Amino acid sequence: MINFLENIGQSLKDWITVFVDITKLFFETVYWAVFGIFHHKPVNFKTVFEQMVYMGVQSVMIVFFVTFFTGVVIAMQLAPQFQKMGAVFYVSSMVSIAICRELGPVLTALVIAGRIGAAITAEVGSMKVNEQIEALETMGINPVRYLAVPKFLALLVMLPCLTVLGDASGMFGGYVVGTTSLHINPGMYIQTTFKFLSLKDIYTGVSKPFVFAAIISMVGIYQGFKTRGGAVGVGKATTTSVVTSFIFIIIADCVLTGIYFFVKF
Amino acid sequence: MQETNQKFISVRNLIKKFEGRIVLDNINFDIRQGEIFVIVGGSGSGKSTLLRTMTGAIKPDQGEVYYNGKDIHSLNEEEMDKFRKRFGMSFQNSALLDFLTVEENVSLPIYEHTRLDAKLIGIIAQMKLKLVGLHGFENFQVSQLSGGMRKRVGLARAIAMDPEIVFYDEPTAGLDPVVCAVVDQLILDLTKKLNLTSVVVTHNMESVFRIADRIAMLYKGKMLQVGTKDEIKNSKDPIIQQFIKGEIEGPIHLNEDVIKDSM
Ligand SMILES: Nc1ncnc2c1ncn2[C@@H]1O[C@H](COP(=O)(O)OP(=O)(O)OP(=O)(O)O)[C@@H](O)[C@H]1O
Ligand SMILES: [Mg+2]
Repeated sequence: MINFLENIGQSLKDWITVFVDITKLFFETVYWAVFGIFHHKPVNFKTVFEQMVYMGVQSVMIVFFVTFFTGVVIAMQLAPQFQKMGAVFYVSSMVSIAICRELGPVLTALVIAGRIGAAITAEVGSMKVNEQIEALETMGINPVRYLAVPKFLALLVMLPCLTVLGDASGMFGGYVVGTTSLHINPGMYIQTTFKFLSLKDIYTGVSKPFVFAAIISMVGIYQGFKTRGGAVGVGKATTTSVVTSFIFIIIADCVLTGIYFFVKF
Repeated sequence: MQETNQKFISVRNLIKKFEGRIVLDNINFDIRQGEIFVIVGGSGSGKSTLLRTMTGAIKPDQGEVYYNGKDIHSLNEEEMDKFRKRFGMSFQNSALLDFLTVEENVSLPIYEHTRLDAKLIGIIAQMKLKLVGLHGFENFQVSQLSGGMRKRVGLARAIAMDPEIVFYDEPTAGLDPVVCAVVDQLILDLTKKLNLTSVVVTHNMESVFRIADRIAMLYKGKMLQVGTKDEIKNSKDPIIQQFIKGEIEGPIHLNEDVIKDSM
């Protein structure tokens, strides 16, 4: 029993260490992103742009796919309840609220954590085990500035964009179900969608991805920097990175939703 | 030549442990300005670790590494980065950035540390590549190169910034004899003509006697002897004699190491 508690305490301690280290990395990254200019080394926008293409453009399909079918599923799940009440057109507002407030941002973030977070860790981790990071340091090039900043900025721009796309395609999924199998009039569907969707739903939903983007890139890079032990180590680090991102995303989502819920804007 | 600085680099009481295992055991030596200082020693004797503590890549558990009287490990990160612009290092496994082309790898330190324009940087990089015999490979990806070619790109990158001190970790391992001789000549030329200081780690006894001003013999983390070629050649130490002659019989036993390591 004591052993069990000890284990819990230990792993809690580990998680807190990870959290503190990632926060430090975050501040260092922000420092270099902002104050790099004063070191005569402003952010390399060509690299940021390349990263944006890789992270954003190439993730469009998977984000669309996941959120679209989520929209479809929600509409189908809700339909019988509303049909009983004879108010089937409310499906549209429920789908849009669920997607814009919660599922759009979170699902997109989870998909990107799996796709981009893992890729960041694999890339940085294999650089670490091949001594490329050490080579950078020996050349007097700060790895955080050179590697972390472009990835951080690129994801900070792209994840909100992808989230907006995810919101739209999720609502489109609901629309497809609503107007075909539920026989809701398309004009009516769109009207009900926007009638119940407040501005707050939109901006709370769109502010979350900035936080998620920071989590995904920072966790990815942190796990990459920490990688040791060859190809096996890279594999392990990648898994850990995705799991850690997932957990932090869910916690952050909960905290942010709490803030929006209790604090009146 | 004018008076040279006898204690350009001083390593003092250096101790490094990995997970409790002593890898560098109280190392002391001095390197003079403008010389080629060669560190030899068996595989796993701690040569790479010694270089890495000298460049500040890893912190020793004890001891100091002075450059002109300044301990590199007492610097903060920013000062260290500035300090390191005076260094060039060619890594044992090349450590090229594999998402960049050959030319981009060589121009990276110049690009990061100077404000020269891109065209000029390109010309400098091509010049350095020519020195290592890789003219025409500028736009190759790192993955398209052979191991020996990568090594030479690493060499070109090490000298890209015209450093004062160049560290070479086994610069000729895996190169054919001709290229090996070319690289040795390059190290000699750079050091003698540009008055650099070179610290070379190598296994290759032929190149040791070709380039070395002074030789240090490292054995199981201890510095056995530091001396000129003749002093090392005529050393009474049986370990050194066995090592430079490459004999099977002698105090060095391969298996002994393995058993100790696995304990
Ligand atoms: N990061 C590390 N973690 C743990 N042990 C290490 C690490 N790096 C080196 N060692 C150990 O330190 C010892 C010396 O390693 P080092 O790489 O310095 O040897 P070396 O003399 O360069 O050998 P080689 O000629 O084969 O390159 C080895 O026994 C190795 O196991
Ligand atoms: Mg080595």
